[in-house]
Amino acid sequence: MMIEALIAVALIGALVTFVAPNRIAGKLAFAISLVPAALSLWLFAAFDGSGNALRSGELAFESQAAWLEIGDYSISWFVGLDGISLPLVVLTTILCTLAIVSSWTPIDERQSQFYGLILFIEAMLIGVFSALDFFLWFVFWEAVLIPMYLLIGIWGGPRRKYAAIKFFVYTNVASLVMFGSFVALVFGLGDVTSFALPEVATAMLEGGPNGLFGLSGTTLASVVFIGLFLGFAVKVPIVPFHTWLPDAHVEAPTPASILLAGVLLKMGTYALLRFNFTMFPDQVETYAVPIAAIAVISVIYGAMLALAQTDLKRIVAYSSVSSMGYVILGLVAYTQFGVGGATFQMISHGLISGLMFMAVGVIYNATHTRMVTDMSGLADRMPIAVGVLIAGAFGYMGLPLMSGFAAEYFIFFGSFGSEMLSYSALFTSLAMFGIVIVAGYLLFALQRTVFGPYRLETDYEVGRAPAHDVASLIVLLGLVVLLGVAPDLIFDMITDAIDPIVQGGDL
Amino acid sequence: MAVVDLPQWLALAPALILAVTALVLFAFDSINPGSTNRTVLSGTTVIGALASLAVAVWYAAAGVGATGIENYGVIDIMGGQFVVDQLALFFMIVVAIVTALVAVASHDYLRDHAYQAEYYSLIVLAATGMSMMAASNSLVTAFIALELTSLPSYALVAILKDNRGSVEAGLKYFLIGALSSAIFVYGVSLVYGATGSLQLESIAANLGAAGELGGLLGLGILMLIGGVAFKTASVPFHFWAPEAYEGAPAPVSAFLSSASKAAGFVLAFRVFTTAFPLEATTAVIGVDWTWAFVILAIVTMTLGNFAAATQENVKRMLAYSSIGHAGYVLIGLAALSTPSGDLVMGAAMIHLFVYGFMNTGAFLFVGLAEHWGVGRTFEDYNGLATQAPVACAAMAVFMFSLAGIPPFGGFGSKYLLFIHTIEAAAENTALLAAAAALVINSTLSLYYYSRLVKALWIEEPLRERDALAKPTGLYAAIVAAAVVTAVILAAFGPITDVATEAAATVVG
Repeated sequence: MMIEALIAVALIGALVTFVAPNRIAGKLAFAISLVPAALSLWLFAAFDGSGNALRSGELAFESQAAWLEIGDYSISWFVGLDGISLPLVVLTTILCTLAIVSSWTPIDERQSQFYGLILFIEAMLIGVFSALDFFLWFVFWEAVLIPMYLLIGIWGGPRRKYAAIKFFVYTNVASLVMFGSFVALVFGLGDVTSFALPEVATAMLEGGPNGLFGLSGTTLASVVFIGLFLGFAVKVPIVPFHTWLPDAHVEAPTPASILLAGVLLKMGTYALLRFNFTMFPDQVETYAVPIAAIAVISVIYGAMLALAQTDLKRIVAYSSVSSMGYVILGLVAYTQFGVGGATFQMISHGLISGLMFMAVGVIYNATHTRMVTDMSGLADRMPIAVGVLIAGAFGYMGLPLMSGFAAEYFIFFGSFGSEMLSYSALFTSLAMFGIVIVAGYLLFALQRTVFGPYRLETDYEVGRAPAHDVASLIVLLGLVVLLGVAPDLIFDMITDAIDPIVQGGDL
Repeated sequence: MAVVDLPQWLALAPALILAVTALVLFAFDSINPGSTNRTVLSGTTVIGALASLAVAVWYAAAGVGATGIENYGVIDIMGGQFVVDQLALFFMIVVAIVTALVAVASHDYLRDHAYQAEYYSLIVLAATGMSMMAASNSLVTAFIALELTSLPSYALVAILKDNRGSVEAGLKYFLIGALSSAIFVYGVSLVYGATGSLQLESIAANLGAAGELGGLLGLGILMLIGGVAFKTASVPFHFWAPEAYEGAPAPVSAFLSSASKAAGFVLAFRVFTTAFPLEATTAVIGVDWTWAFVILAIVTMTLGNFAAATQENVKRMLAYSSIGHAGYVLIGLAALSTPSGDLVMGAAMIHLFVYGFMNTGAFLFVGLAEHWGVGRTFEDYNGLATQAPVACAAMAVFMFSLAGIPPFGGFGSKYLLFIHTIEAAAENTALLAAAAALVINSTLSLYYYSRLVKALWIEEPLRERDALAKPTGLYAAIVAAAVVTAVILAAFGPITDVATEAAATVVG
């Protein structure tokens, strides 16, 4: 019942915060969010599962209760954690707490509603990563859209209405494509009688669908694979479905950006891993080359787009497209280090991009500008915040002893020697070139903003960042370094869950 | 365990309680004419509706045949003119819930209004008609119940006598209603002419005897469809709905678009499944009548949604969207030709059940806005959330639920409807088009539903507004509807069982 407790605390906390007075909402939400954060860390410490949730692994904190019958199909409340989902749940709870702290300064109106929505999104995200029944999972998956739509729409920047609607429409249409594909798959499977993901995954490995509406089994599997891939690709997002992301990021308030980049994008890659790469090994093999090509294009193109930006937040936003490209490359490599590295990168990118957005937010709060061209010499005025920003940027570039290095190393190591992916060495080397561009745009931006003489013209004093902001930045940096120094903290549990997939790849 | 032998007609208690409540209200009005004691009047109505609800739930839980009468499934009353089964009880529950919500909300809405007692007694009389419609088992009782629902409704729509829009809407509603009643009753006479009976089972039994009168029967069926289409605001008899809903006081719009529509559907479900079993009817008239519903369903949902998307007036948007939802429910009838038809119909019934909360709530929110006097268009609603966050959060729940976004009830019912339609489509590929239309229209609907959420939550108000009152009754009704809409998904299991069983009793 631990997962239910996590969700319930966040959900009830959301309601309480929603009706609390604005004055205390921020502190109240922080206090409430400490409970799921502590609980999830306890889950992490007490984790005793093994294997992969969808490949008859032993789940931790599992609970299942019958919910409803739809004709011949049964739906249940079915949650549990394995080595892939547990780190993501921990990431969610920690980032939500830090996002709440980082909202104290910038959010100055309708606080109770704002913090209520943040806690609501936390509850739904925990649900996404722990649900193991398609219906339940889809409920959480779609429910994330509502608070994010409102967060961008109400507290966002000047073009927030456009960005909010674009975000909603893009991701909702994608969800629909994915939903239709998966339902078709379940009907096509014939002897499957529930929407439980493990059952579907097992049936897929034991022969796949029989066909539906005149499509043969193999055609149906391919159609579903592509439908699911497109549905998740928008969420990830990968080129060419990425255009909602910069808009949403730039307009979103800082805490929403942190959650968007830190956790929401992981929903896409997590779903790709759970559905496409776990259930369809044959199709992964068939479409490996085009997927790898898309991944490499995302890496390079995303990085080049970031290089062309002058808005600090936009730079960080586009860099996410590039980082998610690495995740796709790791997944399609289909080796222990590739898929494991991709999962590790999800966590690592969640921490680092959260850190970067938070740092950009702190700088914006102090200077009221995000334009690289306007800023200079900030290092003198806000040394700690800028120091953390530089450290975070190094993490992004993949400097050793930071989690980014470990993640990218695993991915490249895994994909270079991939047997399933043709031309794997070529794809890997091309993707590696992305690192150079990343270093390019980050150093370029840092050099112009933080170094050099101070010349920002403002009517007010640009001073040191508030203590609570610095504290959350340092917590995040600490985690980045911790995972960089000791990747085994989570990599072991990840590989436990990954091995059944990559070893079963040639089934 | 028969404690006392109760008379059979007590099975109709949910409807009878409503009728008695109406009489009590009349009596109150005779003793104390022109009374404006709102608490007594709306309180009586709410108590009556809740009593009706309680009895209906009790009957349904006790296994259809109420304990104390005879412990068998379906109860025939007056020689089969009425029938009380799970289907009837299910819809009596929906009607009672909506009536209670509307009565609570009317307490504030009708402040300073001249015709208090009349208003409540008309509401309860219409609800009685709806409850009886759910139990009607013959075309005569169906027609009487239909008229018992319609006549108070005309008056209710026009009850704001000093408001031109209200009177005009009432007149339009009355004229179209009279026309469609005529069509319906003409259809009844044709069916009687062809089969020689009005009771639904004996119509089915006499179908074979219709022989060369097949054409006549077909025409009769078509006209019955017309009558039902009017009551459910489906194409081609939908055009009264936006006018009537816009002109009527908002609680009345809520009542008509939720309860009256549900009653129209239960009539359709019963008449078409019991009186015109598919194979026998097809043999006589030569056409599969489910095709009419396949086409009607697709056209209705598409037309409703596209028209809703272009509205500037919130109430009209809701009116057109309610036409769209009628289209979704029509799939329940369209799928009857397939083996899993009962499942699809059950899903359609659940949609009506959930709709009873989310749509009533949405119209009641409009009623709240009218109470505040903020205006009628999307722009007028701008920025209300800063002043009334709780009510606006409830409205956001209704909008996302109507659009079919999880975790709200509307998602669950649309999901069931979609899944079952896909399942049924294996037998009848035309249903694939209906399922696709359902999904595409649902997505389209997100546009105009989220537009209202955007107006409430994201936009800044166009001009300064005074502080908004917080009328207890309206707030209570809206919040109650929102809470149920939000948590109903958790209790979907038992509701699905009841609805599917109810559908199975008539589909057979």
